[in-house]
Amino acid sequence: MRGMVRNRRLSRVVAGLTGIGLAAALAACGGDSGASDGTVRLWALEDGIVNEVQQASIDRFNEGDRDAEVELQTYGNDPYKERLRTALGSGNPPDIFFNWGGGNLKEYVDAGEVRDLSGLFEDNPDFRDSFIPSVLEVATLDGTAYGVPMRGTQPVVLYYNKAVFEDAGVEPPQTWDDLLSLVETFSGEGITPIALAGTQAWTELMWIEYILDRLAGPEVFQAIRDGDASAWGDPAMVEALTMLRELIDAGGFGDAFQSVDYDAGGASAILARGDAAMHLMGTWEYTNQLSESPEFVEGGDLGWVPFPTIEGGSGDPSNVVGNPANMYSISADSGNAEVGEDYLLEQMASEEYVDELIEIGDVPVVVGIEDKLAETANAEHATWVYDLVLNAQSFQLSWDQDLPSDQATRMLEQLTAVFLGDQTPEGVRRGDVRSVAGRHPIG
Amino acid sequence: MKRGHDIRPSAWYALPLILFFGCFAVLPLGLVGYLSFTDYDPLLSPVFNGTDNWQRLLDDEEAWDALRRTIFVAVGSWLLQTPLALLIGVWAAGQQRNRALLSALFFLPLLLSTAAVALLWNRFVDFNFGVTPSLPLVGDVNFLGDQELVLYTVVWVIAWQYVPFHTLLYQGAARAIPKVLYEAATMDGASRVQQFFRVTLPQLRYTMVTSTIMILVGSLTTFDTVLILTNGGPGTASRIAPLHMYITGFRGFEAGYASTIAVLLVVLGALLSFAVVRLTGYRSMSSQQEGL
Repeated sequence: MRGMVRNRRLSRVVAGLTGIGLAAALAACGGDSGASDGTVRLWALEDGIVNEVQQASIDRFNEGDRDAEVELQTYGNDPYKERLRTALGSGNPPDIFFNWGGGNLKEYVDAGEVRDLSGLFEDNPDFRDSFIPSVLEVATLDGTAYGVPMRGTQPVVLYYNKAVFEDAGVEPPQTWDDLLSLVETFSGEGITPIALAGTQAWTELMWIEYILDRLAGPEVFQAIRDGDASAWGDPAMVEALTMLRELIDAGGFGDAFQSVDYDAGGASAILARGDAAMHLMGTWEYTNQLSESPEFVEGGDLGWVPFPTIEGGSGDPSNVVGNPANMYSISADSGNAEVGEDYLLEQMASEEYVDELIEIGDVPVVVGIEDKLAETANAEHATWVYDLVLNAQSFQLSWDQDLPSDQATRMLEQLTAVFLGDQTPEGVRRGDVRSVAGRHPIG
Repeated sequence: MKRGHDIRPSAWYALPLILFFGCFAVLPLGLVGYLSFTDYDPLLSPVFNGTDNWQRLLDDEEAWDALRRTIFVAVGSWLLQTPLALLIGVWAAGQQRNRALLSALFFLPLLLSTAAVALLWNRFVDFNFGVTPSLPLVGDVNFLGDQELVLYTVVWVIAWQYVPFHTLLYQGAARAIPKVLYEAATMDGASRVQQFFRVTLPQLRYTMVTSTIMILVGSLTTFDTVLILTNGGPGTASRIAPLHMYITGFRGFEAGYASTIAVLLVVLGALLSFAVVRLTGYRSMSSQQEGL
């Protein structure tokens, strides 16, 4: 009997403790304690080698006598987007946050969550002028600046395997017709003409971005971005999609692109092995190849050219698409905005930071670094990319970053459907994908 | 002394469970229910928009296609997993030589995380770098790139991952079957096959119901495997409903509409388990061992 009583009492204690534990857990999950005043929280993407450069610049800054110290926190790509959006929306934002500029940033600006940095640039004209103007534009919305470039530029260019081209006795394409005839040549030899990581829709997006730009310039897409969804039915858009469809039908991407992956290195390896002749990709591909297939790059077999021109197209052939640069912005609710601005002002165009970016293979968007780039181990690629961007008439940000997220996801659905033959060029605007997918007008 | 009080534990004992269930199941469910009637971008506050989301759901063919794919995966998983798990489970309940070693091998996938299983198969059947392209017969099959085939691949991978778990259920249940039943059956001249169908199978009836509910309802919530294995592709050919919900909510940031899809899935899951329980007479819990 005594034993039972004791047991019951014990159970009650255990139950009580469990309850307290739960309550504590609930209280704990209730919310972040938020930034203390002494910390400037800087959020960025997780990227080993880049994070080291970021941390070094933060350490240099924190050495000075400040009101607050900068602290770097990093996240993976998709979790970062989710987390940032929720943090900005819930009033507990980081002080400085990484972003891609464009429509992606515009959503945050429209929600009143981003600090106006125009004053920073106006008060420090030297700082402003140290960046390539077309790149600053990416984070400038309606004449107001919201971001400072923090990484190298990453235009999309056409990479090719020189050895494969030499074996076939052909030259890299300069025009769309060149490209189509190359597709025929390589197909005939059993080589996939163009590697495409078709499991990831953004790799397919690069093709339509360039074709439309070469055909009709950046205006058609900009109309869509500015809210005119009917521009998806613009004759130039339909023509661009039709040309893309022709390229697919001609076997340009082989017949197994739907299962090729980029993140795991599939498309890059296909190019390096010589199973494919070309690969349209952002310039991070170079760094990628260098680490995954060093003998391919160091042997001089990796070549690169701008996207081919299209006869009769009205777009400027110097135009590029891709990521002009990644940006740092400051949140409107930041309690340490001044210290944050000081950090950006002091470090983002500083010699040390720029040098370190160059060292890891980046091409910073700072003016006057030709000589520095020419001295690096990857000088040939770096100076070529730098000149390409410097001379570009327009640098269109990737569409999926330039559109609001909900439109971007639907656009990517439509585009994959076009690649799979489930959607017609005319149907993209209506969004009525046949058979497999559903109906989503993009606008 | 109140006798009843001594025998039945106080209702307070349920408190931790109620708190836990309330905080992590009922409360979020209620919030999702509320959000399903709002236009909610995590960046902004939810704005009540009446039944807009529900009307959109009615017209959203992608959502219904996703649901059809989910049902395909659920039915396919049941058809594939049940016989496999049943046979292996009954076998593993026996006393054969090497049984322990082989069982341990069969249960191996159970120890791997979902992400590991999905990645493993993703690499294994990769059309360019995987193992299957160099195998006879299946060398030309693009398991993840063929729109017609990809859902079968998904069903297979899910089965590979979960069959061991269901095997465990059947193994435990088969061990609990009284030996006298088999002895009696042998006396009556029943063959091994007849014993399986006349004794083992009826005795495993409720285990089968449990396992069925788990497979069916599990298919309504599985998405991590598919996310990593196919990312819903090619195109949207393997985008099942939970993945559609995830993509809508966390790539398109339409959390209100994603909540609507979530509510639909909860309702379907509840109805499905209710229907299975009802149709199989599971609720009456009548004894299968009368007269023993």
